[in-house]
Amino acid sequence: MRLALSNKIILYLLLTLSAVILFLPILFAFFMSFMGSQDALLGKILPSHWTLENYEEAFRRLPLLRFLFNSVLISLMIMIGQLIFSSLAAYAFVFLKFKGRETLFFLFVATMMIPFEASIIPNFQTIKALNLIDTYPGLALPFLATAFGTFLLRQTFKQIPIELREASEIAGKGHFKFYLTVVLPIAKSSLVTLGIYSFLSAWNMYLWPLLSTTNDQVRTVQIGLKELQSQEQVNQWGVVMAGAMVVAIPTLILLFIGQKKLQKGLAEGALK
Amino acid sequence: MKQVEMIDISKSYDKQTNVLNDINLSINKGEFFVLVGPSGCGKSTLLRMVAGLEEITSGLLTINGEPANHLPPKERKLSMVFQNYALYPHLTVEQNILFGLDVKKVNKEERKRRLKETAEMIGLTDLLKRKPKELSGGQRQRVALARSVVSRAPLCLMDEPLSNLDAKLRAQMRIEIRRLQRQLGLTMIYVTHDQVEAMTMGDRIMVLNEGKVQQVGKPITLYNEPANTFVASFIGSPKMNLGQAELLAEGKQLIVEDKLQFQLSAQDRIHLPPHQKTTIGIRAEHLYPAANHEATHHLEVAGVEHLGNETLIVFEGIGDQLWSAKWSGQWMVSPGDVVPVSISVENFCFFDAENGRLIKPAYKGQSQEVVAQ
Repeated sequence: MRLALSNKIILYLLLTLSAVILFLPILFAFFMSFMGSQDALLGKILPSHWTLENYEEAFRRLPLLRFLFNSVLISLMIMIGQLIFSSLAAYAFVFLKFKGRETLFFLFVATMMIPFEASIIPNFQTIKALNLIDTYPGLALPFLATAFGTFLLRQTFKQIPIELREASEIAGKGHFKFYLTVVLPIAKSSLVTLGIYSFLSAWNMYLWPLLSTTNDQVRTVQIGLKELQSQEQVNQWGVVMAGAMVVAIPTLILLFIGQKKLQKGLAEGALK
Repeated sequence: MKQVEMIDISKSYDKQTNVLNDINLSINKGEFFVLVGPSGCGKSTLLRMVAGLEEITSGLLTINGEPANHLPPKERKLSMVFQNYALYPHLTVEQNILFGLDVKKVNKEERKRRLKETAEMIGLTDLLKRKPKELSGGQRQRVALARSVVSRAPLCLMDEPLSNLDAKLRAQMRIEIRRLQRQLGLTMIYVTHDQVEAMTMGDRIMVLNEGKVQQVGKPITLYNEPANTFVASFIGSPKMNLGQAELLAEGKQLIVEDKLQFQLSAQDRIHLPPHQKTTIGIRAEHLYPAANHEATHHLEVAGVEHLGNETLIVFEGIGDQLWSAKWSGQWMVSPGDVVPVSISVENFCFFDAENGRLIKPAYKGQSQEVVAQ
């Protein structure tokens, strides 16, 4: 895009301003995680002296590393599960012909209108009946299938010309081979998108881990954060912020790695 | 030997109307068979039924003498080239060509050998490491062709493979496909809507319209003796000129579109069908230019196309029909001119005025055929 210099300056000023506004809370949290409790209570923005005390305190008070490990594990489980199940479901909705396919699909998509909170009690009972409370599978199971992911991938798979399927059929490749060797590689960019999305939403889950876990062995990092907050009568905001910073790091790493892949994937898809 | 045979094949999507009606056909081994017809006539559907991609509603399909109605595509021993080539965008040319050979349990050395051989034959040796998006249309077409050749299937199906190419490339690929087919002894079923492709490539042609077979035969037969007015106007470029004709004066005079009069000689009368009313057809190359004194008719020019080696002239004023003539050389006429022409009854094909079926082909054309032999 070509812009006159004045327009460019205005544009960049506006962009910078909105970036600062958006980033301010995070920046504030970042600084606060390095200040003593005195500074935090006085409402200072920059710490008067920089200290790592808060981080030490956060790790001392809680098994943060354990929580981080749990979170990574569960998020990965959910991500992989969602990728596998929604891509298989989407494949069926695009490449298999059966009666009532469209109806079934709309029913499928309609489940997106039911909020998770509404189904949380039956889910809890199921998990409890399966004796999966306080286990990793119990944490991940309700999220393995997703209507959103199926919908997203179905749209992508629909872009694949049906002739490719027919050509493989004549070449003698069955559905599963076609799915593995043609559909998945072509839909790579959408798979990456869905993967990042599902990892992040699993990472940020709060309600379900809170319900389905009772001990620190399997708790996720979001619950840990909350524990930091409520353990003392007067909140030590510096410690809470330090914890939050630690929690945010893996998300940021994932976004940085993912962004590159995402852009590459999108560019590949755009060229025909 | 018959490679493919169809007996009373019909296809219906809604169980009420048939898109294909009672197709009877046999295709010989090593034959280049062309299915031609306007869009929506069912030719692609028929091809897909042979491939096994479309179910057969009724009738019997045999491939290599065995019933194949319910055989899955991979067991029919055929290959197919699609209109949009159906190349896998994420695979290189080499992988695209070899796609599917692993399923057929062809070992590595054999695969390598076939790849090398095919790439050389089709001229892809330098492009093997590229992705389809880095290829031009013609090159993509070649890859699709190579993929079908490399499978060594004795029967090859092509669904309008050249329609995405420009005219020059199309002419070149036509020759190449034909050469390849002869060289490998393939049985080819080739679908096209382009009658020029059909005429130039086919050993035999089947003309389809609205799901019904109009005519099956050699290209030259279809040209000289079209079975009905549809084939007459579909095969040949420009299309055959048609007009309503009536016998007058006790069969001594023929009048076309109430405009052009022809006095019938004794010989004409022997060859003419006895019907009072007919539809006549005459090819554009049989409307000859004439000097004023030998002209049989004078016609008004509606349009002229100069092609350099020949001139295409469209006449109007023959009923509501436009007739075209193809004269070799360059003729400087312009729209509005009245031009003397010579038209002879001996070049007329006669069709039934009611149902358009051929009653009698042009007797001049027939005698020419005899001489040529």
